[in-house]
Amino acid sequence: MSVWSEPTRQRATEIIGRYPKRRSAVMPLLYLAMAEEGRLSEEGMREVAEWCGITPAQVQAVASFYTMYKTEPVGRYLVSCCTSISCMLLGADEVLGAIEDQAGVPDGETDKEGHLSVEHVECLGACGGAVAVQVNYELIEGVTPDRARALVDWLRNARPDVVNGDEMQELFGTRRSFEWAIHEEDGAVGPYPAFQPLGTVGR
Amino acid sequence: MTTLVVTKRMAEHPADSHTITRYQATGGYQQAKRALGMTRDELVEEVKASGLLGRGGAAFSAGLKWSFLAPERPSYLVVNADESEPGTFKDRQLLERDPHQLIEGLIITAIANEAHHAFIYVRGEYSKPARRVQKAVDEAYAAGFLGTGIFGSDFDLDVVVHLGAGAYICGEETALINSLEGLRGEPRLKPPYFPAAKGLYMKPTIVNNVETLSNLPHILALGSAGYTALSSSADTGTFMMSLSGHVRKPGNYEVPHGITWRELIFDIGGGMRRDRALKTWIPGGASAPWFVPEKHLDLEITKDATAEAGSMLGSGAVIVMDEDTCVVRAAERIVRFFAHESCGQCTPCREGTSWLEMILRRIDEGRGRAVDLDLMLDLGDGISIGLEWPPRMTTICPLGPSAVSPILALRDYFRSEVSRHLEAGGCPFPGGHIAGEEEEEEE
Ligand SMILES: Cc1cc2nc3c(=O)[nH]c(=O)nc-3n(C[C@H](O)[C@H](O)[C@H](O)COP(=O)(O)O)c2cc1C
Ligand code: SF4
Ligand code: FES
Repeated sequence: MSVWSEPTRQRATEIIGRYPKRRSAVMPLLYLAMAEEGRLSEEGMREVAEWCGITPAQVQAVASFYTMYKTEPVGRYLVSCCTSISCMLLGADEVLGAIEDQAGVPDGETDKEGHLSVEHVECLGACGGAVAVQVNYELIEGVTPDRARALVDWLRNARPDVVNGDEMQELFGTRRSFEWAIHEEDGAVGPYPAFQPLGTVGR
Repeated sequence: MTTLVVTKRMAEHPADSHTITRYQATGGYQQAKRALGMTRDELVEEVKASGLLGRGGAAFSAGLKWSFLAPERPSYLVVNADESEPGTFKDRQLLERDPHQLIEGLIITAIANEAHHAFIYVRGEYSKPARRVQKAVDEAYAAGFLGTGIFGSDFDLDVVVHLGAGAYICGEETALINSLEGLRGEPRLKPPYFPAAKGLYMKPTIVNNVETLSNLPHILALGSAGYTALSSSADTGTFMMSLSGHVRKPGNYEVPHGITWRELIFDIGGGMRRDRALKTWIPGGASAPWFVPEKHLDLEITKDATAEAGSMLGSGAVIVMDEDTCVVRAAERIVRFFAHESCGQCTPCREGTSWLEMILRRIDEGRGRAVDLDLMLDLGDGISIGLEWPPRMTTICPLGPSAVSPILALRDYFRSEVSRHLEAGGCPFPGGHIAGEEEEEEE
């Protein structure tokens, strides 16, 4: 009676097999559910509960504890602007304001088309490259208000299938926390991290 | 100049320091192999003698922690890669740029603690670092360095890269363990739940930070004597510091212990942006009590010197603020973080941090009252009895007391700035920096 596709079911079996107790797989399986449906649904959480041998209420309790399990609908591109201390010192509030204005979406909300969601977040571990912004958890550092507006326009117009951090850094970023010489092909395909354990990524 | 240890490979081989080929070509995995021939006692003693202190914030001796591992088996190893303390970004660099160094440290730690199952808990927002680590883990499995019978021995070791989901509190080791068990990431009471005795699935568990483990291959390679010789101060080895805020050259710097704050900020960090004066800095991540130039600039950067001055080196994150910074807003931003990240188990932390945030916001917005500073100190005293540092700890974990550090800074150094907000009916500062294109050109 599973609603998941065959590859997803296989992956779930593999993931559970890597943990000493199946309940430990609840976090990776919640991500798997998001990747399967593009969002986290009630249905998805029930499925996770069954796989992990716990009740849907227990899964709900876990999901609601963490900010990255979005139980409300989120746009195709989730734009997260850090406004914690180090970024605030270098204009994060202004960058967030520029994103909200250009997107026409206030902090914490999603546009009508389901295209863009905007949120402020706490420290992204990129404080040496303030201001830090992520799109679907792919990082851009050294973002200024002007560059933030250009980023929003680009997401609106180019509608990339895969969001690639290195590409966005080149287009919209400036100073980074540290140099990065390698170009990565991988990127995010939805508003959840492009990482699945056991070696498979977003694409 | 500085001897680089954990950042040496990435400095010398920027293009491929993350690959197993480069790692092995530069001596990698030799020490893990050697560790297989050593006993638990030998390894624990060597690490104890090295003086290695945990780099996750608490600065506890790694070797001593290992020696506390209870005899029951199985035991587990958990790598803390949850790095979320505002200002801190050193582990991300180690994860992205030299993941095999971490894996080798992990193997050594697993051997020393007889663990056959290890977890690398990476914060959820670190999708790229998690991908890089997973790739490195896959490479190590393919080479036979992980999995069944590592390096052709009879020692099995499995590694799972586990992604968090956006909760700072999961960096606290017992919360992390709950999270790994598939529960809400709420800290457990210590005692009785010391991980080395009752950790993951109530079994003996070692939790160590990414930077801590990344040092281990070097400790074995240099020997504990060689490692301690790297530093002329009481704290051994090197220390990664994440420098951010109003310095010209923010970034991660691997420094020897014992340089001064003046050297860190003005030499290594290139001094203050736009030549503004230094107002204050936070020496060890958002949790730490603040320092000011009049008192602290020439102190040595060591665990003891920092503790004597009433703060901590914590996660090694240094947040620098210049004369134009509104310290009320800076305090608000830090308190907001802790209020948001409180897990809610302890009433003083859950309620107190939200109240502090609200009061700071109203001062910043010009709606403050004359009693507000005293009110905040009262609230702070409720969260952290006696307002001492290190805190007396009446909450389950140190998150609550950490939220009080900025209030202590207002009390000790910036009373007049709070008053100026009240008198001016709002923030008297012109508005902070906006890092803009024009400044990029200036640089
Ligand atoms: C609120 C809180 C958050 C913490 N966050 C982290 C973290 O993100 N990374 C980390 O390594 N340690 C963190 N710690 C410290 C851990 O509890 C633990 O001391 C550390 O992982 C032990 O490793 P070490 O001895 O190698 O430093 C945190 C502690 C507290 C109280
Ligand atoms: S001090 Fe705060 S974060 Fe720590 S356990 Fe108590 S409520 Fe949770
Ligand atoms: S404060 Fe913004 S990334 Fe750390």
